[in-house]
Amino acid sequence: MLLEPRLHTPLWVTISAPIAAVAVVLILCSGLIIWAGAPVLDAYISLINGAFGSRFALSETLVRATPLIFTGLAAAVAFRAKLWNIGGEGQLYMGALAATYFGTGLVDLPSFLLIPFLFIVGALAGGAWLLIPTLLKTQLKVDEVVTTLLLNFVALLLVNYLLFGPWKDPLAMGWPQGAPIIDDGILPTLIAKTRLHGGLIFAVVTAFGMWVFMKYSRWGFETRAVGLNPDAARFAGIPITKTVIRTALISGGLAACAGVTEVAGTKGYLTLDISPGFGYTGIAVAMLAGLNPLGVIIAALFVAGIYNGADSMSRAMDVSNYIADVITAASLLLVLLAVMLTRMRIRWR
Amino acid sequence: MDTDIVLKVDGITKRFGNLAANDGISFQLEKGKVLSLLGENGAGKTTLMNIIFGHYMADEGRIEAFGQELSASSPAEAIKLGIGMVHQHFTLSENLTVLDNIILGTESLWHVTQAKAEARKRLAHLSSEFGLKVDADAAVSSLTVGERQRVEILKALYREARILILDEPTAVLTPQEADQLFATLRDMVARGLSIIFISHKLHEVLAIADDIVVLRHGKLVAAFPAASASRKQIAKKMVGQTIPEPKRSEYLPGNVLLEMTAVHVLSEEKRPVLSDVDLTIRQKEIVGIAGVSGNGQKPLSDVIAGLVTPISGSVKLRGETITEFTPRAMVQKGIGRIPEDRHEQGVIGDFTVAENMVLEKYGDPEFSRFGWLKLTHLKGHAEKLIKAFDIRGAGTETAVRGLSGGNMQKVILSRVLDNNPEIILANQPTRGLDVGAANFVHEQLFKAREEGAGILVMSEDLEELLAVSDVIIVMYHGQVSKPIPVDDVTLQELGLLMSGDGFVAGHSEARDVA
Repeated sequence: MLLEPRLHTPLWVTISAPIAAVAVVLILCSGLIIWAGAPVLDAYISLINGAFGSRFALSETLVRATPLIFTGLAAAVAFRAKLWNIGGEGQLYMGALAATYFGTGLVDLPSFLLIPFLFIVGALAGGAWLLIPTLLKTQLKVDEVVTTLLLNFVALLLVNYLLFGPWKDPLAMGWPQGAPIIDDGILPTLIAKTRLHGGLIFAVVTAFGMWVFMKYSRWGFETRAVGLNPDAARFAGIPITKTVIRTALISGGLAACAGVTEVAGTKGYLTLDISPGFGYTGIAVAMLAGLNPLGVIIAALFVAGIYNGADSMSRAMDVSNYIADVITAASLLLVLLAVMLTRMRIRWR
Repeated sequence: MDTDIVLKVDGITKRFGNLAANDGISFQLEKGKVLSLLGENGAGKTTLMNIIFGHYMADEGRIEAFGQELSASSPAEAIKLGIGMVHQHFTLSENLTVLDNIILGTESLWHVTQAKAEARKRLAHLSSEFGLKVDADAAVSSLTVGERQRVEILKALYREARILILDEPTAVLTPQEADQLFATLRDMVARGLSIIFISHKLHEVLAIADDIVVLRHGKLVAAFPAASASRKQIAKKMVGQTIPEPKRSEYLPGNVLLEMTAVHVLSEEKRPVLSDVDLTIRQKEIVGIAGVSGNGQKPLSDVIAGLVTPISGSVKLRGETITEFTPRAMVQKGIGRIPEDRHEQGVIGDFTVAENMVLEKYGDPEFSRFGWLKLTHLKGHAEKLIKAFDIRGAGTETAVRGLSGGNMQKVILSRVLDNNPEIILANQPTRGLDVGAANFVHEQLFKAREEGAGILVMSEDLEELLAVSDVIIVMYHGQVSKPIPVDDVTLQELGLLMSGDGFVAGHSEARDVA
């Protein structure tokens, strides 16, 4: 078996490859479902219903997709500049901390000012958090994969300390959680009797904004140039360090917005489990999306749907909801394989 | 059955997309002969060799070595049948010794011990038999380019190659080293080995080959014994038609544009890579830099391109001392830079033609406002340059990756010349280009020279340097020779200078490849 590069990729291959990959994943995972003792078809129907099948299911999927869009964008933008930001989780928590610090009564503004203010301070906190490993990278050539990842635990332990200590809400009956965000800081509900909040709209708008930014702005041009070919970018006089630092601030800020939507939207207060790994899953979302900001919206919906659907499937069919992790991970692998196959062709003997 | 035929290539066709890189190619290699595969860059030589060596699989056709069909399309199979390949870019592991490199991959993974003593004996035997002297225990990183090539050849011989494929073996050698290589090759064929020698240098081919096969645009256009061939006739076959070489006007240099005095540069590891370099470029002058690659050409080019800051010495531009060595500053001061490696430094392959053409000035008010790119201006600019430089096969929105080498170089050339630079740094400006594209590049450089630009050309192709330069400077171990007017210089003399004759000793550390 040999792999040879393709010079031209037909459009139908580009479009059908990821779809085929997901289909293959579902076929592969049906083996696990059979092993768990459930009928495959019913299981998948309940998964799809649980994800998109009712108003409630759909709203929950959208709620879950909201932070994933932000963390997905954060990874997509950073990866475009070959800045391997694995620290979305930590930046998310820094955003959540900033929103809690300013949003629980310290600043009181009318709603239309306070909400943007919370996003801004959150984004600044997240950007600053990613700035630390980025400066270590640009100045001292320290590998950012390690530092961004390790800073996640630092951020989480900081949240731990604050929630068990000085920031613990005395009215929370002993639970380690922060004081509630004041009413003016709470994101408006979009559909009554659901948890769906305005963060979704902001996330989608941000995704479109990032798409335009990457494609048409000078900074986007620099980011893409540095990521695609740093040597040529340097030769042409594009400021590499400046571009990487700027990209880090944007990426960290985007990840932090996920923390703000969770604190000021979904939950209303800071807890230790505000993120079930949104920062890490955002990396998968970005890769599934091929680092395209608009693709991030679709990939976030897909991943959120799989997780919510798997929860509902596990209740109905008694299949462990860890199947969601398996499906997401397998999708990621197979979509990457499919993307590679759109660039290469296989020759068999 | 004719037992003297060791390799039979029969009707090989290989397509990449719509392009037929090889189209029905057949030839035979006889025992104890040197067959030379000639062709322009892009004629399909490397593709054909990659098929023979099993890197690629042919769409059609068959290959027989020693009467056995090559079927598995893997290098392992080709090696087993006795085919060895010396790649243009060496495939040695720098941190291992010569001996380790040679036995690498020849031993079973499941043996805990290595039969090193035996391997050493065999290597010594091969080494003396073919007159290829190497130190088995030297680290490859400490070897010169010529020595590395010897290791590559020994590697193939160690694997009992009976057919040796050499891909552009002289590109990295001085003329004298090349002569030495030819002596070795003659020795090998006398001992019954067969050789395929790939080159685009006619005089070398005539010196070594028994048979010549000429490829053009993927097709075999001629095959004849070397004895019956004339230089002119082969050149015509290679190119298809005779293209007149561009002529340059009389050499009448003007004022001094760039003046480097006692410039010293250190590598990242703090080793000296340029020592005490003096260099002057005048208006209406082309200065050619000759030298075996890795003797300081890259740091010299990097200084002028603004990628590296000298630790001492002065660089003056029209009398004004340069203090800021950044690409942007150099571009603003009127230096146009054509980088050595198109793909690595020259273009961003996934960017469009339009984007690549503004890589040095996307921030100018002409192309962006309030942080947003003016896409229509980018497009208009690109359309203008595509037309002016006759860039084919590309729209403004085509990714540059898909362009041929010649058109890619035209994109870079158009970007550089559009700024009307006073000084042009042209590092390997025609590497990998066919004659037509190379002539176009030369024409453009001559035009710039006539309009008053001073040009520094670096090339590994001595014939190119002799054809374009007004004066030639040789680099050796980070030093420069005195400028020699091109009319006074001979190939022999250049070769001696390139191998260090006439340079001050004591700077032998100054190489930019270890």
